[in-house]
Amino acid sequence: MSIIGATAGELLQRLERGDVSSVEATTAYLDAIALNDGRVKAFLHVDWDHAIAQARAIDEKRQRGESLGILGGLPVAVKDVVCTQGQPTTCASKMLKGFVPPYDAHVVTRLKTSDAVLIGKTNMDEFAMGSSTENSAYQVTRNPWDLERTPGGSSGGSAAAVAASMAPLALGTDTGGSIRLPAGYCGVVGMKPTYGRVSRFGLVAYGSSLDQIGPFANDVAGAALLLEALAGYDRRDSTSVDTPVPQYSRTVEEPLAGVRIGIAKEHFVSGLDREVESSVRAGLDVYKSLGAEIKEISLPHSKYAVAVYYIVAPSEASSNLARYDGVHYGHRAAQFDNMIDMYSASRGEGFGAEVKRRIMLGTYALSAGYYDAYYLKALKVRRLIRNDFDEAFKSVDVIASPVAPTPAFKIGELMDDPLAMYLSDIYTISANLAGLPGICLPAGFSRNNLPIGLQLLGPPFEEERLLRTARMFECETDFHKRRPTVE
Amino acid sequence: MPAQLTRADVLKVARLARLKLTDAELDDCTVKLGKILDYVASLNEINTDEVEPMVHAVELSNVFRDDAVQPSLPQTAALANAPKSDGRFFLVPQILEGA
Repeated sequence: MSIIGATAGELLQRLERGDVSSVEATTAYLDAIALNDGRVKAFLHVDWDHAIAQARAIDEKRQRGESLGILGGLPVAVKDVVCTQGQPTTCASKMLKGFVPPYDAHVVTRLKTSDAVLIGKTNMDEFAMGSSTENSAYQVTRNPWDLERTPGGSSGGSAAAVAASMAPLALGTDTGGSIRLPAGYCGVVGMKPTYGRVSRFGLVAYGSSLDQIGPFANDVAGAALLLEALAGYDRRDSTSVDTPVPQYSRTVEEPLAGVRIGIAKEHFVSGLDREVESSVRAGLDVYKSLGAEIKEISLPHSKYAVAVYYIVAPSEASSNLARYDGVHYGHRAAQFDNMIDMYSASRGEGFGAEVKRRIMLGTYALSAGYYDAYYLKALKVRRLIRNDFDEAFKSVDVIASPVAPTPAFKIGELMDDPLAMYLSDIYTISANLAGLPGICLPAGFSRNNLPIGLQLLGPPFEEERLLRTARMFECETDFHKRRPTVE
Repeated sequence: MPAQLTRADVLKVARLARLKLTDAELDDCTVKLGKILDYVASLNEINTDEVEPMVHAVELSNVFRDDAVQPSLPQTAALANAPKSDGRFFLVPQILEGA
């Protein structure tokens, strides 16, 4: 069996048996990147020698008989919004061109102590703002299933890297759907954990009450394995929650008998593509055949989620991104009149259009006279959205829905219409506002051979339940086994 | 919600946000932000009089830790990404005019 395209679990078994070394596995993936990334453009930074050196050190540990971490030599790609000490971290922004963090993010430390090989940094929408990975200052990532289409965003580089078999696992971040949407568009598994499950220390902030780091993999078991490595308390993130981390990689194989799956009537309305709807409904039939109970529920405020998000997230962004002032790090304009002008010119030059738009939107929503009408109003509706979920989870274990209204759209199609772009996140955004975990798994293909994703949401800290429910589906279907031919 | 967004509003917000925008960017922002604000006005359909705002998904309060000294970044590492530095400080243009 080839290294490339194996699941993380299969590859890990072969590493543990000694059939393949981490250097061999890492080299195979680096070769795949060299072969295919010229077309996909998923990676912003690949340090071949550094990756091989990490792999060699892990192989030597294994040869000495030392016990290894749970990722035991597997290559992992990392979204370029996560700080890596000594390796560039740009957030796909001109603002951070050449920035080299002086420390590792908590999740990067976790990857290292789990004996992962960091294979490269992946492209994204600038500062994680976008749904297509077109808002990168450096390159446009392409969907490996159709190079004329977007991989989704903002973690499009990580999703495309896993889909095109350039990494078995990858890290993404999800503020409004930025893991789940690209997972759906690229036909891979992507999971946003509960807010507080994974430390945000060293994650470059966008919307701090919404941001969460999570795994991409080419099957659910791989996502469970990577989440197990990432999750857990960290005192350096004051919103990190100190609650035990289950052994996801083991329990993922245990099906949930009689799981109750909720379907929100508000999710099946006009605007939902017919092929997407029929794939999701076929997915529910798979669950029925496994003994699941399907129940209709209501999420009456879900139609307001996008409006709430585009007040809350830009407000937080306008505050977070105030740190880019051209003083401590980041771009400084060459010409300016005075100190204030230096800030404004540096920011005007360093940020791209969508980042500027969101800073403007947030600054407006928080400014004197508008705070109550926009920001406070949005926070109140955010509470109603959470209350809807709390009510729904009294009668169901998980909620199933499409991950997006349509399969992947074409590059350039929505670039001039930000609002239409925002609406591609209509099924994912509520989970961030409510802080819930969500997973997207491959559940079908359109006639054009584009992947269709199924989303499952759960109550806070029920990642284990989501992973087990998702794995049940995966064991009955083969959508996750299909791989695109990149040409 | 407030009245139609004007170009003057956008210019004021850009100043608050410390963003130097070109004329074309100001025009573009006026149109596109206006559309987004129209969209979010749908929130006014909902009565929220009795609703507590939800600031955070996990509503923690008063997270304390021991007041213990931890290692901090060495000076060279902290200055390594500075656009302008003399090796000891971050350098910025003169702040006080006429000084």
